[in-house]
Amino acid sequence: MNNSVNGSTSSRWGLRFLGLGYLAVLLVAPLILLFYKTFEDGIAPPFEAITSGDGLHALKLTLLTVAIAVPLNTVFGVICSLLLVRHKWKGNWLIDAVINLPFAISPVVIGLSLFLLYGKQGWFEPGLAEAGIKVLFSTPGIVLACVFVSVPFVVRETVPVLQEIGTEQEQAAETLGANGWQTFWRVTLPAIRWGVAYGVVLCTARVLGEFGAVSVVSGNISGETQTLPLFVEKNYENFNLPGAFGAAVLLALLALVVLTAMNLLKRKEAS
Amino acid sequence: MEAHAAESPVAPPRARHLRLPGVGAGLGRGLVVLWLSIVVLLPLAALLDKSLSEGIGHFWSQVSSPQAVAALELILVCSLIVVAINAVFGTIVAWLLVRDNFPGKSIVNAIIDLPFALPTIVASLILIQLWGKNSPVGVDLALTRTAIVVALCFVTLPFVVRAVQPLLIEMDRDMEEAATSLGAGGATVFRRIIFPNLLPGLAAGVALAFARALGEYGSVLIFAGGRKDTTVASILIGQQIETGNESGAAAISIVLLLMALACLLIITLIQRWGSRHERALGAGAGVGLTMPVADGGMETLDAGADDLDIGAPGTHPPHRERGDDQDE
Repeated sequence: MNNSVNGSTSSRWGLRFLGLGYLAVLLVAPLILLFYKTFEDGIAPPFEAITSGDGLHALKLTLLTVAIAVPLNTVFGVICSLLLVRHKWKGNWLIDAVINLPFAISPVVIGLSLFLLYGKQGWFEPGLAEAGIKVLFSTPGIVLACVFVSVPFVVRETVPVLQEIGTEQEQAAETLGANGWQTFWRVTLPAIRWGVAYGVVLCTARVLGEFGAVSVVSGNISGETQTLPLFVEKNYENFNLPGAFGAAVLLALLALVVLTAMNLLKRKEAS
Repeated sequence: MEAHAAESPVAPPRARHLRLPGVGAGLGRGLVVLWLSIVVLLPLAALLDKSLSEGIGHFWSQVSSPQAVAALELILVCSLIVVAINAVFGTIVAWLLVRDNFPGKSIVNAIIDLPFALPTIVASLILIQLWGKNSPVGVDLALTRTAIVVALCFVTLPFVVRAVQPLLIEMDRDMEEAATSLGAGGATVFRRIIFPNLLPGLAAGVALAFARALGEYGSVLIFAGGRKDTTVASILIGQQIETGNESGAAAISIVLLLMALACLLIITLIQRWGSRHERALGAGAGVGLTMPVADGGMETLDAGADDLDIGAPGTHPPHRERGDDQDE
């Protein structure tokens, strides 16, 4: 690579060719091709496939999972970030390490560990069976898998912002007589909101698209425990291409919404 | 604050600030530990228990079976190739985004994060459109080992770009200009000045990408498939769950987990080294790993490294005022 400070014209064009070409063949062209293939025969076939009973059910289940898992991890993430940054404790490093774990673990391993914990011969099996609660192959298992994989996002985005803003304003508020809750709602939260929001967007994207962990615990039963990513896979394997492509395009559109939100939040953060 | 202190030399009314509102820090900590235990630690304990349930000999025989060794070897080799490719192309892309100007640059910058936002199974499906059986360019990579590499390149692309980009933005260009004015060519400037400054970020990005690649499942499932010669570790685990060999799946999972944990450990060490490097160069050099907030997905692990530094006072920049609440 030839990178002089200002770059000679030829080396600059060479780098552009390599860098943008790489992005084109890896990201852009495949995505455009998916949209083209999906709408090749008009909008009707994919639309009908995803508004069919199973497709619609998969969409609803996915949205339900997001509605449960994301708020849980947001509340947990903010509490955890405040503890890690504002309250020194000997065990903080351990909490921090555990929060990073889901990044390092394969989704299919996460699914397997939940499968073993809640499944037949699992530790919780006797108690759960007695109480009549079904975790595996039903919605609670899917939600647990999504919560597990998306634990780190809000914490990782909130901690640096909390460190950045410092404690001066909080101390000022308390000096003026604000109690803990008032300080949190009126001073701390407004200061960290864009960081938290960015973490929430990443968390939502992950929950929307989680495949590996969910595929192990859900059983992938059409119309019952099938989320949208599982719907894509099953339809593709069964050669129901309009269904697979329609759901994939829907997920891709949601991903583009997520990307837009990420960029808007970055701009907010910068200003 | 300062004005207040000047007026009254007495300490502020409350020396101990309870910054976790409502609940005390102890209760909050209890909640966090309980939450993490239920959500993360308990399932992992069940996994470890299952892997060893039939004795260490059985664990070893599962892990050292030809199938398991081949799958682990395949994913290690593929991940190494992938991080090498993305280290080169990721640095080029980051360079273009920071130092070059071309129409549509902000859109290019935005789509870098696409692999973070796009579900992995959709990634598999879109890659198979361009590089599969009905490829419009006539290259059919589906169900080959090359497909594994392409899929992993896709999902790990943002890691290197987002780790290198902030370092390039903060890099002091005086050094490069000085080197050029002293007669250094472009290659020399890159090798002697730019590359060493990018190294901590590049290394952290590569380690994160490697950890991610090791466990990747959805994007390789349809595209590379589970044929005999394309079964990577995660796919093998999936197959063994389906065939009911749970202890075998758990044993391979533990090995995969340990490899990924080693990566995380390396990242932490790199970040400590990076922050020491930064201190050695002085605050103005700005080549540490303190990445701008919200400027990427998951590379902000540096916050973690910070917290690990509790035993070493003075490691935090002065503006990062830490809580003074010692409430044990």
